[in-house]
Amino acid sequence: MQSRLPILIFALVMAAIPFVPGMPPFWIVLLDNIGLTALVAMGLVLLTGVGGLTSFGQAAFVGFGAYTTALLTTAYGLSPWLTLPLSLVVSGLLAVLLGLVTVRLSGHYLPLGTLAWGLGLFYLFSKLEFLGRNDGISAIPPLSIGSFRMLDPGSIYFAIWVAVIISAVLTMNLLDSRTGRAIRALRRGHVAAEAFGVHTPRAKLLVFIHAAVLAGLSGWLYAHLQRAVNPTPFGAQAGIEYLFIAVVGGAGYVWGGVLGAAIVVILKEVLQSYLPLILPGSGQVETIVFGIMLVALLQLAPGGVWPWLMSFLPERTSGRKPDTSLKLDARLRSPGQSSVLLHVEKARKQFGGVVAVNNVSFDVQAREIVALIGPNGAGKSTTFNLITGVLSATSGSISVLGKTVDNAPPQEIVKLGISRTFQHVKLVPDMTVLENVAIGAHLRGHSGPLASMLRLDRADEAKLLAEAARQIERVGLADQMHQLAGSLSLGQQRIVEIARALCVDPMLLLLDEPAAGLRHMEKQQLAKLLRDLRDGGMSVLLVEHDMGFVMNLADRIVVLDFGTKIAEGTPATIKTNPEVIKAYLGVAA
Amino acid sequence: MNTTIMLFLLQDGITNGAIYALLGLALVLVFAVTRVILIPQGEFVTYGALTYASLASGQMPGTAKLALAMGIVACAFDLFVARKALHGRLILRSILANIVLPAIVLAVTLHFAGQKPPVAVCIALSLLIVAMIGLFLYRIAFQPLAHTSVLVLLIASVGVHLALQGLGLLFFGAEGQRGPPVLSGAFTAGSLRFTGQSLTVYGITIAFIVGLWLFFGLTLYGKALRATAVNRLGARLAGIRTTLSGQIAFLLASVIGALSGIMIVPITTLYYDSGFLIGLKGFVAAIIGGLVSYPLTAVAALFVGIVEAFSSFYASNYKEVIVFMLLIPVLLLRSLAAPAVEEEKD
Repeated sequence: MQSRLPILIFALVMAAIPFVPGMPPFWIVLLDNIGLTALVAMGLVLLTGVGGLTSFGQAAFVGFGAYTTALLTTAYGLSPWLTLPLSLVVSGLLAVLLGLVTVRLSGHYLPLGTLAWGLGLFYLFSKLEFLGRNDGISAIPPLSIGSFRMLDPGSIYFAIWVAVIISAVLTMNLLDSRTGRAIRALRRGHVAAEAFGVHTPRAKLLVFIHAAVLAGLSGWLYAHLQRAVNPTPFGAQAGIEYLFIAVVGGAGYVWGGVLGAAIVVILKEVLQSYLPLILPGSGQVETIVFGIMLVALLQLAPGGVWPWLMSFLPERTSGRKPDTSLKLDARLRSPGQSSVLLHVEKARKQFGGVVAVNNVSFDVQAREIVALIGPNGAGKSTTFNLITGVLSATSGSISVLGKTVDNAPPQEIVKLGISRTFQHVKLVPDMTVLENVAIGAHLRGHSGPLASMLRLDRADEAKLLAEAARQIERVGLADQMHQLAGSLSLGQQRIVEIARALCVDPMLLLLDEPAAGLRHMEKQQLAKLLRDLRDGGMSVLLVEHDMGFVMNLADRIVVLDFGTKIAEGTPATIKTNPEVIKAYLGVAA
Repeated sequence: MNTTIMLFLLQDGITNGAIYALLGLALVLVFAVTRVILIPQGEFVTYGALTYASLASGQMPGTAKLALAMGIVACAFDLFVARKALHGRLILRSILANIVLPAIVLAVTLHFAGQKPPVAVCIALSLLIVAMIGLFLYRIAFQPLAHTSVLVLLIASVGVHLALQGLGLLFFGAEGQRGPPVLSGAFTAGSLRFTGQSLTVYGITIAFIVGLWLFFGLTLYGKALRATAVNRLGARLAGIRTTLSGQIAFLLASVIGALSGIMIVPITTLYYDSGFLIGLKGFVAAIIGGLVSYPLTAVAALFVGIVEAFSSFYASNYKEVIVFMLLIPVLLLRSLAAPAVEEEKD
């Protein structure tokens, strides 16, 4: 939770600025431009800095917003207030259309795709007859409230900054919520988020729309500030500029967007007005200096200026502990509890010619700890991925509580009450332990993005955080609750993953090498925790290399070698099984 | 449409496509090795082209001075980084490479400027100047950022593009220039006329593609570059200096850019800001090639060139719209065909 006080002070300062006696009107114009740019940059912060989706195309959405209101107010005489929602809807709808196509793009294709349609749309703006081609549309009516017409930059100033501050607050509210955590998890890859029920393409589309609507809002304001639009400010150059504003400010921070806008707009202005005095003559000197300063700024503060400034502030005291007395509703259990929780029947996975898992069959019963062991490359993690829907099996079937779940996506598997940890820790390092663990309870909350923005999600949110805090205490990391996950040791991060998996309220817990990186005492604590969980009615399937740990803990052991099951039984029988010894030691003992 | 027009458009498209192919190759190379999406690639094109045209028309190109200035800054960077462990040889080497070399080139350029040197001299000088600019550019702008994210590198790349484009206006003015053909003469085959210039374009493109292929397949440096592209840390552990790989990549990219510029400036008038759009089309080709595959990039570039030629004939207003919108289905297909199997990335 962020404190509201700094925002309030900021809002008051911004409101007071126009009333400072002797304030040059030129500064107000500058602030107007900063506000307009900040809106777009804020969207990019969410999209690129937080969500990891780089977009060059934001200028096009500003264009959609501006052209929508320009066209409707001039050709059809609609009131600007009526075109506000329309501008936002047009930007949002086009974001859905473009987003459906582009958010599917993976890796570097996405930014390039946005660059492509950014350029394409710019040329479209400048060629379409009804948008006035290169001349654009002029004589757009000003905003007005009653008889007060916002004709000069000083009066629309308030409209712009009210929009900026409201958008910033809504955006920060969104980030600090169930949906926000899903968005923040996107940048670190989709496998972990999906394992806890996050529908990642939908989350990506959501940030895409959010950013586009903010850009559309900026465009709407721009049209009524300038009272004329033409294609120039909506081209690829502008799209690139918005992106670097976000990066210069600090791409992961909402206020970084505002700061970046201020830095870049002021820098450009200063260069334009003072540089010719120092270096008279040629016209483009300011571009040169601007480009050089941009590179220099990045070399000094590659993470952006906002986090760099924040690092000078005294460190915040840790957040307050959630009220753990709040209870979250238990996950809906599917009826018909059979005693066989998980049944794997001849599961097979081939990668090209490599058979990673070769017709493996085994069961996990209720209240049972089953260990899956085998030398490196035996197919243990692949089996996990087959069970949890990350990979789909080439053949064979997997059923949960007697129902086959072949090729169900991870989001469906977790709904059945199967949650997991990962061999390579998949936490979001710049989120706190509490927030990371709360992702595990994603499916048990229900507040949507709109409720989150308007802070209608607090009751739901408090319960989610309470559940997360309870699970963190259960695994013994209560002291680390408010630390960033990335600052923990690898062993502790594995334990955080277990807490996250427990937040699902699972019936079956899949642990991929949970004891790796733990010290002896920690291993014993982990073993005790897992026994407690079993005695509480949960089953555990774990992959582990530490034989001492496995032999003391597991009720039953399944041994894989080169993708094939070679043995199954109690720890005592496995220890003496010649096949197993051969697989591990290479010779028959 | 008759066959003559079609063949003519095809020829035009292939000539442009060949240039885009070269630029696309350079972009792929730089991205693979340094993770920099080289937006200033277009500036290498205009610098090469306009330096060549200026020299040929007897003017003194400002780029020669820029190379010296950048060399001095690069030298300062070198010395600053090594300030704790300075020794004579290092200082001497840095001064020789960063200051003495561009100073000599500047002197030679000054000597030839105003006396309209032969085409070969113009080409050699332009290539040399732009190559040095590319090399120093990596040292000054990108080497200090080598550890940062693709996004930060990209933004730095935008900054460099702005600065270089501004400098371009300063050096060459707002007016466009054309250069003398590299190879004059022409012959006709059927209804098609092949100029020496377009043949040069084909020849050099093919030579470069083959050359790059040999370089990467057979030489130690080429292999080192590929290793760096796959895994920077691994390459460093294996003793490959990633800085050197970056320098080679930028050197190649600037030479390819300048060469492309020299080849097109006799065909089309180039302005100080023409590079951006030309570079972007090379980029489109590189993207279609997935930023990894050289042969695919070359094929895609020809495709882009041909689409551009045909759309400029049929719907010249929408030429750019068509070329850039073309990307989206291609990208989509690529994404669907190879769904991201992601592992840890940071």
